[in-house]
Amino acid sequence: MNVLIPSALRSYTQSSQAKACGATLDDVLLDLDRQYPGIRFRVIDEQQRMRRHIRIFVNGVSADALSQTMQPCDELVIVQALSGG
Amino acid sequence: MATTVLLVSTRKGAWIFSADTMRATWAVNGPHFLGHIINHLVLDPRDQITLLAAAKTGHLGPTIFRSTDFGATWQEAVQPPAFAKAAEGEAGRAVDHTFWLTPAHRDEPNVWYAGTSPQGLFRSADGGMSWAPFSSINDDPQYRQWMGSEKDGTPDGPKLHSIIVDPRDPEHLYFGMSGGGVHESVDGGKTWRVLISGMDVVDGFGFDAANPTFHDPHCLRLCPSNPDRVYQQNHCGIYRLDRPAESWVRIGRNMPEEVGDIGFPMTVHPRDDNMAWVFPMDGTQVWPRTSPEGRPAVYATHDGGETWQRQDAGMPKEQTWWTVKRQAMCCDSNDPLGLYFGTTSGELWASRNEGRNWECIARHLPEIYAVETAVL
Repeated sequence: MNVLIPSALRSYTQSSQAKACGATLDDVLLDLDRQYPGIRFRVIDEQQRMRRHIRIFVNGVSADALSQTMQPCDELVIVQALSGG
Repeated sequence: MATTVLLVSTRKGAWIFSADTMRATWAVNGPHFLGHIINHLVLDPRDQITLLAAAKTGHLGPTIFRSTDFGATWQEAVQPPAFAKAAEGEAGRAVDHTFWLTPAHRDEPNVWYAGTSPQGLFRSADGGMSWAPFSSINDDPQYRQWMGSEKDGTPDGPKLHSIIVDPRDPEHLYFGMSGGGVHESVDGGKTWRVLISGMDVVDGFGFDAANPTFHDPHCLRLCPSNPDRVYQQNHCGIYRLDRPAESWVRIGRNMPEEVGDIGFPMTVHPRDDNMAWVFPMDGTQVWPRTSPEGRPAVYATHDGGETWQRQDAGMPKEQTWWTVKRQAMCCDSNDPLGLYFGTTSGELWASRNEGRNWECIARHLPEIYAVETAVL
């Protein structure tokens, strides 16, 4: 599936988009990390929680759980919350 | 001719300044990691070319970057410091940022230690590319109790800092926790013991001085010329510990009363264990954490803290409300020794004569978190 990458993570992908696959959101992020080592830890912490200011949307709907089921045609968007200074 | 370098970590990136032995003019290299929060940029003294940077990017998780060519190129750690996965049903902790980096003993090349926020102790055996929890303290119930919670930490979070390796013995280690006290190991981190005797706690609340929870060491420094002597700038004052004694002595009581002995950084002379410097800050009422009365100064001792001398020649004389963080003051090994500090308002100050005169060598930097130096 297509994954839209925020600018802060493009040092890993060198692109605004990437391809990844998996049966769940967790699987997709693991696949992304296999291709771009280190990217997952910047988004998901060691307790398998999405980091505080990171949001992930699947087909435009905010995803809450890494166990969420994914379909090959889904589009995944990783977003940094617009906050901070 | 030798080169003196300053490694400046800021809230928005890192810079490297360099000068010849005279230190009259400084060349600037940077920014490195523009926009990243860099808490600590440290040179490996064992090869004098490897750099480690503790980084966090706004909303992203923390990581470590390593350079083996003095900052020309950088490589990200494969496994940054991270706590162990909690048991099912337990919340578990996540590293917010790596706060402190310490190269291990000279006989242990490629070994590094890291202290994190929230408090955690980590070790790398491959030059900083992969990190693992070190010793048992991260998950020890007693230590977790002493560490407290976010409520007990600094405004930037609770921190494990001041990881010190005895230059005579790689298994002799110290660290401090804000909060959580001072701790020592003599068996390479297998076991630890508390080292807080003599340290005051905040008055008026009935806090038990024997409980590490109530202790906030801001900065520990071991004297390279006498590793039995350790200085400490603490939330409650300035202290000295001469081993094998177990009890800290509050040498800050000898500071001028109107200045007090509150502050964050401390630095010690590499060749004279009686010489140390602090940067006092206002710890009254609501804790402004700025130069007392808006008149900044470094205070020096030449007799192990028996007496203190004000050093402010060249600094503004009024309406100057600087804050200097615990990692943001250091001294080089030149003769005469150079002293440096960076302010949260982005100014970098230097003295080429052991604090007698000061000059601003950079301004308009982002908020300075740490300043380290080396003579190459």
